[in-house]
Amino acid sequence: MADYKLIGKNYVTPDLVAKVTGKARYAEDYRAEGMLFVKLLLSPRPHARVTRIDASAALSMPGVHAILTADDMPAPPPPPAPPPAPAPAAPRPQGEAGAPGAAAGAAAPAAAAAAAAPAAAQPPAPPRPRVPAEVALTKEPVYEGEPILAVAADSEDIAAAAIERIVVEYEPLPFVIDPLDSLRPGGPDGRLEGNVFVGANVETLKWTAADIARIEAGTFPADAAASETLVFGDVEKGFAEADLVIERDHYQQTTSHQPLESRTAMAYWQNGKCYLHGSTQSVARTVAAAAGWIGIKPEELVLISEYTGGGFGSKIPGAQSMAIPALLSRKLNGRPVMMRISREEETYIGRTRPGYQGWLKMGFKKDGRLTAIDMFIVEAAGPYRRQGDHATSANNTSLMYQVPNMRFRGVSVATNTPPGTSQRAPGGLQASVMVEPMVDEAARKLGLDRIAIRKINSPEGQAQFGLAPVNAPPGRPRNKVTSCFVKECLDKGAELFNWAERSKRSGQRRGNKVTGVAVATGSYTAGSIGVDGLSVLKPDGKLYIHQGIGNLGTHSVIDTARVIAEQVDMPWEKCVVVWGNTGNHVAWSSVQAGSQTTYAHSRANYAAGQALKRNLQELAALELGGAPDDYDVGGERVFRRGNPGRAIPFAKAAELAIKRGGKFDGHEVPKELNGMTKASAAALAGLGLMGVARDNLPRDGSTYSFQAAFIEVEVDVETGVYRIVDYLAVVDVGTVMHPNSLGGQIHGGGIQGFGHVRSQNLVYDRHYGAGLSNRMYNNKPPTLLDVPVEQPMRWAAVELPDPTNPIGAKGIGEPAIGAGGGALICALADAVGDGILRRTPVHPEQILMSLAAGKPAYETLTAFI
Amino acid sequence: MPEGPITSVPGGQPGVSRRNFIKGVIAAGATVSASAYLFRANIAGQDSSLPGSVERLITLNVNGQERRVDVLKHETLAMTLRYKLGLTGTKLGCDRAECGACTVLVDDVPHYSCSVLTHTVRGRKIVSIEGLAAPDGTLHPVQQAVVDGQGFQCAFCMPGFVMTAVGYLKTNPNPTRAEMAHGLSGNLCRCADYNKILDVMMNAAEGMRRA
Repeated sequence: MADYKLIGKNYVTPDLVAKVTGKARYAEDYRAEGMLFVKLLLSPRPHARVTRIDASAALSMPGVHAILTADDMPAPPPPPAPPPAPAPAAPRPQGEAGAPGAAAGAAAPAAAAAAAAPAAAQPPAPPRPRVPAEVALTKEPVYEGEPILAVAADSEDIAAAAIERIVVEYEPLPFVIDPLDSLRPGGPDGRLEGNVFVGANVETLKWTAADIARIEAGTFPADAAASETLVFGDVEKGFAEADLVIERDHYQQTTSHQPLESRTAMAYWQNGKCYLHGSTQSVARTVAAAAGWIGIKPEELVLISEYTGGGFGSKIPGAQSMAIPALLSRKLNGRPVMMRISREEETYIGRTRPGYQGWLKMGFKKDGRLTAIDMFIVEAAGPYRRQGDHATSANNTSLMYQVPNMRFRGVSVATNTPPGTSQRAPGGLQASVMVEPMVDEAARKLGLDRIAIRKINSPEGQAQFGLAPVNAPPGRPRNKVTSCFVKECLDKGAELFNWAERSKRSGQRRGNKVTGVAVATGSYTAGSIGVDGLSVLKPDGKLYIHQGIGNLGTHSVIDTARVIAEQVDMPWEKCVVVWGNTGNHVAWSSVQAGSQTTYAHSRANYAAGQALKRNLQELAALELGGAPDDYDVGGERVFRRGNPGRAIPFAKAAELAIKRGGKFDGHEVPKELNGMTKASAAALAGLGLMGVARDNLPRDGSTYSFQAAFIEVEVDVETGVYRIVDYLAVVDVGTVMHPNSLGGQIHGGGIQGFGHVRSQNLVYDRHYGAGLSNRMYNNKPPTLLDVPVEQPMRWAAVELPDPTNPIGAKGIGEPAIGAGGGALICALADAVGDGILRRTPVHPEQILMSLAAGKPAYETLTAFI
Repeated sequence: MPEGPITSVPGGQPGVSRRNFIKGVIAAGATVSASAYLFRANIAGQDSSLPGSVERLITLNVNGQERRVDVLKHETLAMTLRYKLGLTGTKLGCDRAECGACTVLVDDVPHYSCSVLTHTVRGRKIVSIEGLAAPDGTLHPVQQAVVDGQGFQCAFCMPGFVMTAVGYLKTNPNPTRAEMAHGLSGNLCRCADYNKILDVMMNAAEGMRRA
């Protein structure tokens, strides 16, 4: 491994002191003279048409300045243009219909299947209705809490009082809470256009009375009609070859993202530009989306988001609601408008991970080798779009378990619940929680070690994966990963966890306490390509690195900047990272989602660092004679090899670059740069020696990271209460860039996986379509009391570099959550028995009741309870 | 006061009770609610920014300074700090005593400032995240431990955690890891950086004992 000065070392990120002293400004921390406040009027109904709005009494109140309704909203923008570079692993930003892009390889087939599969079975039909795009304010609310209108006033009190005086009349429309209700013959449709999302369209799909009878008998109807089907190999043949076949119904809940900072936004207009202080995961990639929601050109928007209080997928390009203060401000001649979003509002408009109702069947040979997997998942997509977590789960499973025969069938049902979107490892978390306990069950039935059964099926090297639509033309190559070392993770973890001894504690009872020990794996996309790096070495001797990456807490905005510094041997103290404000001219970036950033921007910034170095070498050759390759950089100088006295200090080189102009100071830049970077480079031209480049490095395959998690739990069989005693995670993330930050990501992800398994849950009253868990105490994220405490959580990395990244690094954010969630549910099953816990979250009473009954003693399939 | 403090900090002094807080809210008609439209009966009539109503100029002791401030009857301490005194380091994560992001010290005891009425803390000593570091910028040992360990991720919860830790360590300077977890468990970190938070806070405790 290369000997780096910065990469792989712990350091203090330059934003940390501001955070710990309270100086860091998040969206709600900005103030502007004359700032007004907004309150929203939210739909009290899960689905309705607004027939009348009378705001006259409100508008006549002193202190009330403006109202904004759906009529004021610009037409929904077309879906964001695809990134200029081929980026198969791009995750699906909000608003990008259909494709579960996060699922790289199989994402595209999944989307294609969604469109192709039903067409194959039906005669030519009239064009299907497309799903109307979500707009910040609506006249047809499709979930309780959807914003109808907004009022700006001198204070929040006045705005709230004004909202109270507004009369809104609604015509109720049918609604769906539990997806299976919508699939009943004559069942309600979640949208006027239909009940099932297929690609970018809405269709109508109803199951048969026989299917429904099976549901009522408590069994998932695994032969019911699916609206999308993907296959690999021959699943019937695979099951015929199996020595052991296990099938299980399965339920996973819908969960809210719950970032601690809600999607608050403040906006004002000045000199024809909209200044938007928003809470968003990405910066460069939020501009076009937010401008579209406001109805302006991207160049008319200045986005400021220096600190973001979490997103977890719910703010990939910000939020539609950011348009509300911007448009109210425009109505008021640019007067600043602050829209604070409360926790309850955040639960409504803040997005969800789709829940699953489904069924899984797996076939194994005696040695544990998988012969076939058959998966059927109904996803609760929310009201606006096919989410695609379900197809991503299949894709991920086909990677983690290299099965020769697999089928996925799915239905994406429109539900009148908060809109779905990507939540950390969309589909990946659910895949681990669904699949891992059944692999353990097979291991126990076959008398195999649980690590051995994983290793015999797990991927290695440039493993292939993915499924294809049923009628896909043959010969299409499967997707493959750029690197995979999950077997190494399992081996290293087995050693560090002392698996051979620890696993003997399985099921041991001391008093009321039963021990469960388990291992589980997770994987997810970990990088995209084609983005830009931008840096300027200025006459003050400092290197300014302009990052379009959002500062959402992963530190990747800072960590990847160090790659440029490393290329030119620049001391970190002399580097200034510029981020969080598009007015400061930042580079085109990947979205801060899909665990893309570390990989994408270590590539792009490597390229920019090389460009910077090349400019220094060429400048030195022109100034001092010889050829560029005669020169090297180091010690803040560009110097002649073999004659280090012949050198130009960096500060002087910056001055000389400005004198020479052209490519040296950014007046000429590579043509292939993305548009935003070109504009930023133009604004920075002439300020110093520029290093700017687009990532054109080769890549063959999709980049995925992997994790193996080892866990010990203690279940109190008298109370059903359980606690995690010990946890170890071992990751394959390629080269480690920043150990402290990586550890935080690994365990933060793992603990969020625990939260999915043990407590988070969105509960709805299905009679009224009303949310019953809109606060944190009843939709409970993990707390400090839910994690192992006496024994600190541990992590390790196998540190095998990815060959397609010049640093060798890959992302981590997402693989960690699946492994953590999978490990916890596997350990609970290890303690209380196989096939009992088929529903998350696993509440203590579920364990108690099931132990008493000797079988699952709870609603296995009902959603949102 | 008969009721216990809002935060259950061992050794904490009774402060503003839940019951008194609710009584205050009822008396004032409503709190400053960030909830969409659920808590606002008669607000217009009570809003002291409307003509004919009266505001109260009170003095608060915040971060060692006496601050004169115009406070509505139903105003919470979090809103006063954030919107009247410019102290935006105190964060609002849930508006309703669930997440702890708004934690400040009132007479050295951690309180959820979203659930403390400002007029109840006149004459009390209030410290927010901005008041921890020394005037020359030297960080408080708890802050320094966070920096040294690259603690927290998005850090929206961080000011609340730091204030809770500072308050907790006053009552228990030598906690076990489990005690520290319990002491901080009224604060939520959605990035779930709990393991690293415990690491840095245990380091902070050790640093303070050595100092």
